[in-house]
Amino acid sequence: MIKLTQVKKTYTDHVQIGPIELEIPKAGLTALIGPNGAGKSTTLMMIGRLLQLDEGQIQVAGLDVSSTKSKDLAKIMTILRQENHFVTRLTVRQLVGFGRFPYSQGRMTLEDENITSKYIDFLDLTPLENRYLDELSGGQRQRAYVAMVLCQETDYVLLDEPLNNLDIARSVQMMGYLRHVADELGRTIITVLHDINFAAKYADHICAMKHGQIAAFGTVQEIMVANTLSDIFETNLEIIDGPYGPIAVY
Amino acid sequence: MNTVMHRKPKPYRSERTTAHTSDRNASAFPSKRHARRYWILLSLFLFGGLLCSLGLLLYNNPVPVQSPSFWPVVERRITAVTTMAIAALCQSLATVAFHSVTNNRIITPSLLGFDALYSTIQTSMIFFFGAGALIGFSGTKAFLTQVGLMLVMSLLLYGWLLSGKYADLQLLLLVGIILGTGLNSLASFMRRMLDPSEFDILQARLFGSVTNADPAYFPIVIPVVLIVSVLLFLSANRLNVIALGKDVATSFGINHRRSVLYILILISLLMSMSTALIGPLTFFGFLVATLSYQVASTYDHKYVLPMAFSIGFLVLTSAYFFMYHIFNAPSVVSVIIELFGGLIFLTVLLRKRSL
Repeated sequence: MIKLTQVKKTYTDHVQIGPIELEIPKAGLTALIGPNGAGKSTTLMMIGRLLQLDEGQIQVAGLDVSSTKSKDLAKIMTILRQENHFVTRLTVRQLVGFGRFPYSQGRMTLEDENITSKYIDFLDLTPLENRYLDELSGGQRQRAYVAMVLCQETDYVLLDEPLNNLDIARSVQMMGYLRHVADELGRTIITVLHDINFAAKYADHICAMKHGQIAAFGTVQEIMVANTLSDIFETNLEIIDGPYGPIAVY
Repeated sequence: MNTVMHRKPKPYRSERTTAHTSDRNASAFPSKRHARRYWILLSLFLFGGLLCSLGLLLYNNPVPVQSPSFWPVVERRITAVTTMAIAALCQSLATVAFHSVTNNRIITPSLLGFDALYSTIQTSMIFFFGAGALIGFSGTKAFLTQVGLMLVMSLLLYGWLLSGKYADLQLLLLVGIILGTGLNSLASFMRRMLDPSEFDILQARLFGSVTNADPAYFPIVIPVVLIVSVLLFLSANRLNVIALGKDVATSFGINHRRSVLYILILISLLMSMSTALIGPLTFFGFLVATLSYQVASTYDHKYVLPMAFSIGFLVLTSAYFFMYHIFNAPSVVSVIIELFGGLIFLTVLLRKRSL
């Protein structure tokens, strides 16, 4: 479980995130949605200890994010940001292998290698594993980054817009992988999504944010309500019943 | 139809990949060929460096081998070669580590103001106390004073800019550049008002050159540089992750701020030792680091660091050997390093089209 208590981050007097009170249940896929500037990425980064909070407390699996050793947290939680740019030239296999760092400290054992292979295979990167990242398409590279954080084998996986720059087919494929990770491997995935319909189809819970506050949190059925969403996005939205559940039309 | 079905590649669990599972590993090199190339080039560069140092020691000795004064000449030359080894070690390791820590491969650690502080110290010495003072400003005490000043400046800079709420590496670099430029302007202002003869004495000090080195410093420099280099080499695995950037490194459980601070302190030690020993060598470290990335073709600092050292040593010894013994133009060595270095650098860059 991830628990945020009175979490606050202040940029200026006018720009402020929080105070946030939130409990994200263990297991399943939780989508963070909301308009631009709502504080989704900031909240995710604070949970992932990439950004210090000014006030409040965040607990992941009972551990305080600010005071627990980064080394110990790395075996419980991982976070992938939207933009990843490396100065070093890496092959897919080397990149994914880095995910074992919290355990191997850079000295890969046979077990680490096998786990690396497992996630490369899982994300269908096997034929590409010896290619350099700059030789891949955007979608393949995104898959390699996701393989890297999954390879860390943490209970909690935080992703900041994993569908960014992916076309429809790659997006569906990526959400399929994530759903699989949540169901078969029992991981808890928290991901920022921009497309409400992707959230509706693939997530278990939706957390909607607006103006730095939690606007709504609940199951897909609870959040996919025309009034709630219209309010959050300040746009007229309608919800219709599609073949795979509710669909937002705007 | 049957053949078409047969030819269709299986998605990813093809026989080929499963058969080679035992071969699959995330080694530092993309292929065995690259690994072999690395070791061949590394030994080639080391061998070339040794050959040039032998040449520097023995070639063109004014006295014949049988003469009893043959070895004293060699001994004097050993000082120069040792200095080259120290300079190569300091500059190459510091630059590679600096690139990784800052996630930026087009800057050099001199940006933190080491060169500027060195030239300011030297210039103000002659400006305020005259040429005699500058010539007298040598020996272990003067050396330690300079190293101490450079260390204090960099530590103050790190301590101020890397702790606290708005800790930011980019800010640190910016402040370093501004301080360096300020110090340089101050020094060049003082130089404007010097006598031509005083200026001449000063100029010789301000060109990085192994002849500036005094063997009296070796008992301090060699152990420090060796220890720091070993510490840096032992941090290779951590450097590999830090080079992926702050966020990824943190996610992998690295205490980014503390690790960066530690590496920066090691870099300062190397840079201040090298600068106080032989003077500024602005472009050299950058050139050597960039060449070693191209040649080593790996991300792993365990391999990049030795490669950088071997290239640096080869560049220094060969430049000195050719300038001293072949072309008889000893004073232009640093100019030559920068000129040829720049050319090699541009060629490599244009050929590979990537850093």
